Amino acid sequence: MSMAATDNTQTPAMAQEGAVTRFLRATEIDSRMLGMIGALLVIWIGFDAASAFVRGGEGLLGGSFLTPRNLWILLVQTSSIAVMTTGMVLIIVMRHIDLSVGSILGFTAVCIGTMQVYWLGPLVGVGHPAIWIITLALGLALGAAIGAFHGSLIAYFGIPSFIVTLGGLIVWRGAAWSVIRGETVAPMDKNFKLIGGGISGITPGSIGAIASWILGLVICAAIVAMIYNGRKQRKRFNFALRPMWAEYVLAVAGCIVVLGVTWVVNAYYWPKGVVDRWAQQTGVTVPPEGMNIAFGYSIPVLIALGIGIAMTFLANRTRFGRYIYAIGGNPEAAELAGINTRKITVLVFALMGMLAAVSASISSARLDSATNALGQFDELYVIAAAVIGGTSLAGGLGTIYGAMLGALVMQSLQSGMTLLNFESATKDMVVGCVLVFAVWIDQVYRRRVK
Amino acid sequence: MSKPSHKHPTHVERAGPPLIEMKDISIAFGGIKAVDHASIDLYPGEVVGLLGHNGAGKSTLIKILSGAYRRDHGEIFINGGKVEINNPRDAKALGIETIYQTLALADNVDAAANLYLGRELRTRFGTLDDAAMEAECRKVMGRLNPNFRRFKEPVKELSGGQRQSVAIARAIHFNARILIMDEPTAALGPQETAQVGELIKQLKAEGIGIFLISHDLHDVFDLADRLTVMKNGRVVGTARTSDVDHDEVLGMIIAGKCPPGAVPGPGALQGVAA
Repeated sequence: MSMAATDNTQTPAMAQEGAVTRFLRATEIDSRMLGMIGALLVIWIGFDAASAFVRGGEGLLGGSFLTPRNLWILLVQTSSIAVMTTGMVLIIVMRHIDLSVGSILGFTAVCIGTMQVYWLGPLVGVGHPAIWIITLALGLALGAAIGAFHGSLIAYFGIPSFIVTLGGLIVWRGAAWSVIRGETVAPMDKNFKLIGGGISGITPGSIGAIASWILGLVICAAIVAMIYNGRKQRKRFNFALRPMWAEYVLAVAGCIVVLGVTWVVNAYYWPKGVVDRWAQQTGVTVPPEGMNIAFGYSIPVLIALGIGIAMTFLANRTRFGRYIYAIGGNPEAAELAGINTRKITVLVFALMGMLAAVSASISSARLDSATNALGQFDELYVIAAAVIGGTSLAGGLGTIYGAMLGALVMQSLQSGMTLLNFESATKDMVVGCVLVFAVWIDQVYRRRVK
Repeated sequence: MSKPSHKHPTHVERAGPPLIEMKDISIAFGGIKAVDHASIDLYPGEVVGLLGHNGAGKSTLIKILSGAYRRDHGEIFINGGKVEINNPRDAKALGIETIYQTLALADNVDAAANLYLGRELRTRFGTLDDAAMEAECRKVMGRLNPNFRRFKEPVKELSGGQRQSVAIARAIHFNARILIMDEPTAALGPQETAQVGELIKQLKAEGIGIFLISHDLHDVFDLADRLTVMKNGRVVGTARTSDVDHDEVLGMIIAGKCPPGAVPGPGALQGVAA
């Protein structure tokens, strides 16, 4: 500050820059994350404006992107990739890669489907509540086992992860075909279907307006509690505190985002046909002007959020997470510090396999069927989401929330281009270019920060 | 410079069993004998300098002690009792700490995370207690390097001397009985080198035994009570620093020629001694 005061020629520019820098320092917000959120908003607003010309709609700018319906669907579509990318971050942080997640997804999905349709359905009766629990549990165990197997080959046999999982990519896709001989397994169990977020009969795969508001308020309370607790901890050890206004800014901004999203998912209502069917079966009379029943948070989005929170906790607050980052920073040092790096490697790949099985459940439940092609190319989207989200392929660097935001950016592009009637070939080309562009921007950013 | 009063620093009590005794240690990598029937020992409060060319086997020998390598042959005793060291965890459990030449820091995490790497403090819920670790780290670093302020930054942002002090802090913070220092001053300026010297004397006074690997003969003569020279994986000889001079030690390192003041090892040049 004394520099700015003495050097008159530069005062305005420096004071201005100082304000932004000071804001970022005081709130301790990662400026990279702010940039990603900014990019996301630009994409959303741009697509809404563009779709206003192409097709019109009730969106914020007269388009069809920023509507509750589209945003609700966008979140559901993101959840499968978002779940897997939380694991991929940790794998890339450890200087590994997992190319097999799409194939693991396909294989576990057809196994879950086969168990539901051909084994447990006939055995305990179609629609039995035990079916979804047993198949989900077995599916997760299967995914974890496959991941652990890959991890063991990498850790104990010293085969590079690229090769092991490239093999896995081919093997498990073939295995998926073998299980069902190329057929489509359908329909999935009616309870299991709710994991996909769709409406099963008259039961919605989402939690409705009241529960959504309660959940939103609980998350707001948690944000405030975390900020309060963080401040208390810093006081306890006499560390530098954030200024009070920064604490308020963080708390208020966090709550606004949470309540805003809650409002959006509650502004998307059941289609008229479902409302009528629901009224018929429950004996409720629908008033002539119609009835608005809100979807609220859908189950796949809640799963993705829950996994995002759990994985962030794992990465930042546990020894396991600390070791993953330490191994990524310097594998030899981690080994010399007494960390069992092989065990950690196996566990991380097992975790990744399990997350692929979670995504398998979401995807197959959403489609109400399982095919051996399910999840094809997902590994590329998962890796791209992690990289767009700031994960360094050199290892040691990456965040869960960044990767999940990356998944949202990718899905927003896909979804927006669909609304603009882009061909799928064009969409692929754009997404590929955006990936390269995003990584370049990231590198420029990191260099300038240094 | 004043008269080097520290040249023969202290009297070391060698009556009891040695703190560490490595007996007849061998290890081979793909047919090359990196360490060939080497024996060294170390007493409490003693500094033993380990000298030799690059590739003489001194770092390899010491990595067997720190658990980084597993020996093919030989035995290790602590206070006369035989111990098994199969990995770094075993070594640390026995109170053997190492400051590696490469420092072995995880560059992407901060000083506190490196200080506690592998031995993190946890809350009663089993989660990492980062605040407590940072507080403790501030205390330790305050003693070692009072100018150190960069607790929040990943250690790759730190200077060589600062990184070194993190590595040293990690080695001495957990009540080490035996400290291995592999070229501890190679990356340091003169002032920091002097600091490390002071630290070694302080640790010595606390009864800690130190293996000091160094290329710098001055360092070794200043700080070590004894020295052991290795060549081609074998021990040339061991001597008290007061019994030999620079030239004789150079002769040991270069030619493997064991002077009269030293006890010859299996690597000593035969027939030329005395």
